[in-house]
Amino acid sequence: MKIILRNPKREVELSGRRRVKELLTELDILAGTVLVIRGDELLTSDSVVGDGDVVEVRPVMSGGSARIIPGFIL
Amino acid sequence: MKCRKCGGGAALELRRHNAAFCREHFIEFFRKQVAEAVHKHRMFTRDETVMVAVSGGKDSLALWDVLLEEGYRTAGLYLDLGIFEYSVESKAKCEAFAAARGQTLHIERVADAVGAAIPQVQKVTRRPTCSACGLSKRYLMNKAALDHGYPVVATGHNLDDEAATLFGSVLTWQTDALPRQSPALASTHPKLVRRVKPLYRLSELETAGYAFLRGIDYIVEECPFAAGATSIAHKELLNRLEETSPGSKHNFLFGFLEKARPAFERVEHVELLECTSCGQVTTGTLCAFCKLAERVKAHGSDPASTRR
Repeated sequence: MKIILRNPKREVELSGRRRVKELLTELDILAGTVLVIRGDELLTSDSVVGDGDVVEVRPVMSGGSARIIPGFIL
Repeated sequence: MKCRKCGGGAALELRRHNAAFCREHFIEFFRKQVAEAVHKHRMFTRDETVMVAVSGGKDSLALWDVLLEEGYRTAGLYLDLGIFEYSVESKAKCEAFAAARGQTLHIERVADAVGAAIPQVQKVTRRPTCSACGLSKRYLMNKAALDHGYPVVATGHNLDDEAATLFGSVLTWQTDALPRQSPALASTHPKLVRRVKPLYRLSELETAGYAFLRGIDYIVEECPFAAGATSIAHKELLNRLEETSPGSKHNFLFGFLEKARPAFERVEHVELLECTSCGQVTTGTLCAFCKLAERVKAHGSDPASTRR
């Protein structure tokens, strides 16, 4: 199966069936930090993926400018 | 995994709620969380037009979408930071979103206001890019709302953003920052519009899930300057904690808002003045934004700066 990773965008080929939870452990990714997408559906941790699947692992983290600036009222 | 409400196949698992929902019931859950935030903090009414600050990312476009779905009157504001291809693409996402829904999108260029785009501003300040960017965005959001006559600005800050900001403030005990961390900041001066965060009850995973399930075309690529940002490091720490103890971020933020924030609020007495240069609200004589713009201007007139 083809795994699409982001930031930076890259692809990984894996073979065999496994649960999404196991896939993320293998990729060293925390489950709560990504959407796992197959086609137009979101997969949960117990979903099974396997050969022939194209799975996108899309990070959900964003940000950078959340700090409140001392002395700046806005 | 089954949906808690209907027993159908689940689309998203919410460990902190010990629940999973199908597409339909997750969207219902999401809308309820936003409705509760708006109601609890009296963020805005149906008679007001809400200016939604959009970046092209999942949070702000999900926010705009859910407010439209809930029947609120809205207008968008996109701040063009001038960050290379990232800004070009994010602006296009916002324009497409607004056009598809027949909504007004105001566009302001940071370079027009501060004198240079964010990458150049960073070279002048020699501080983390996010610092000048955050300052510029907050200033311009308030100014744009005032200029266009909107009483309130809504931003897409989510639970993870708020928990990471709180963590950063507590880590260095910024007691002046703590009372200003709130889902809703009232207008305390005629030149300050109300600022609200209707997504503060929803995690980053949930806003991303909503955006995907609603078919919102958002920019997935991260801002090139976000890598290495302190707030990202704080989010990663909190995510590790959340993994072993679901609900930690929620308890940290909501515990602060309910129990600790009022104590810090009581000790904060700030005199609000108007900037001698631009007239916007500040605590000193010249506001932080005008100081930044002056530095950019001085740098631009320095012959040595053109050689860098």
